[in-house]
Amino acid sequence: MFYIYCPYCGEHREEEEFHPKGQAHLSRPTDPDACSDEEWGDYLYFRDNPRGLHHEIWVHAIGCRKFFNATRDTQSYEILETYRMGDAPRVTHFTDTQKS
Amino acid sequence: MSEAINKAVLESTQIAIMEQLPETGVPARSPLAHQQQTASRTAPENPGVYLWESALKTHLALRGDANNADFANGVEAATGLALPEVLQSNHNNEWALSWIAPDEWLLTGPGDQALAMEMSLREQLGGHYAVINVGGGQTLVRLAGPRARSVLMKSCPYDVHDRNFPVGKVVNTVLGKSQATLRRVGDDEWELVVRRSFADYIWRWLVDASQEYRLSLEQPTQGASKNRAGRLQASPVEN
Ligand SMILES: [Zn+2]
Repeated sequence: MFYIYCPYCGEHREEEEFHPKGQAHLSRPTDPDACSDEEWGDYLYFRDNPRGLHHEIWVHAIGCRKFFNATRDTQSYEILETYRMGDAPRVTHFTDTQKS
Repeated sequence: MSEAINKAVLESTQIAIMEQLPETGVPARSPLAHQQQTASRTAPENPGVYLWESALKTHLALRGDANNADFANGVEAATGLALPEVLQSNHNNEWALSWIAPDEWLLTGPGDQALAMEMSLREQLGGHYAVINVGGGQTLVRLAGPRARSVLMKSCPYDVHDRNFPVGKVVNTVLGKSQATLRRVGDDEWELVVRRSFADYIWRWLVDASQEYRLSLEQPTQGASKNRAGRLQASPVEN
């Protein structure tokens, strides 16, 4: 049993209702015609793969079907927070007690 | 029927609206019609679970912003129901309005009223909104009786206990290996919105899961499933 808090439904739900959708807070180059191939390639293909804190997108697929963000520890799988699209994460680095 | 289409609304919204009920000679078939025909009609004595399809109802998906007064007031003017809060539903004698997502609600009601209700909504609603007739893609299944909750406890990961799932609450969740939107319509009665293509699977799942509680495939007569106090004493483990 692994529960995830959906910020739209406002309650914890079973993990099988959700799907992960990759790294969060990626911004598309504002002027694609002006950016270099490397910048565009980075945006399109390259993702972070950190050991530790990671901000990522999840979707409440079998629920309200909304996308939201989660801050997750990739070592322990602990989800430190979930927050709505457009919001900024509150957890941006480990506190001493969270550090694994 | 087609007189119900208001030309002014058609022109102002530029939406193609049509009567989706078949004309004479073409019988409408619910996704579970074949189950209804082949079902055994010998109801057990003192059934623990009742299962039946609430077939061919109107299903309208409403999309809009609840903070937009033109939308919220328009829905209330057309349906008589206020937009329900998160995971809640409102209903009157004919219509039920369920929360599906922060910007989506499902309106269900009498099967022959889809076009009239859609026109009425389009007359009343303003701003950025959508009204979609999704009746062809899903159906309603009713699960009732003193052991109905036991069937759901076996079938879905969601906590359906009274303290977490009071009457009126609506939850879309996993059911078997598919999914359904559960609405608690009474102490011992639940309504499930199921996708057309999964209706047969979910029906069979529920029939199978209900066997041990003595399943009746008929709608209960008034008062048949009201004996809640007796149940609480009979099965303390579940409460
Ligand atoms: Zn949700």
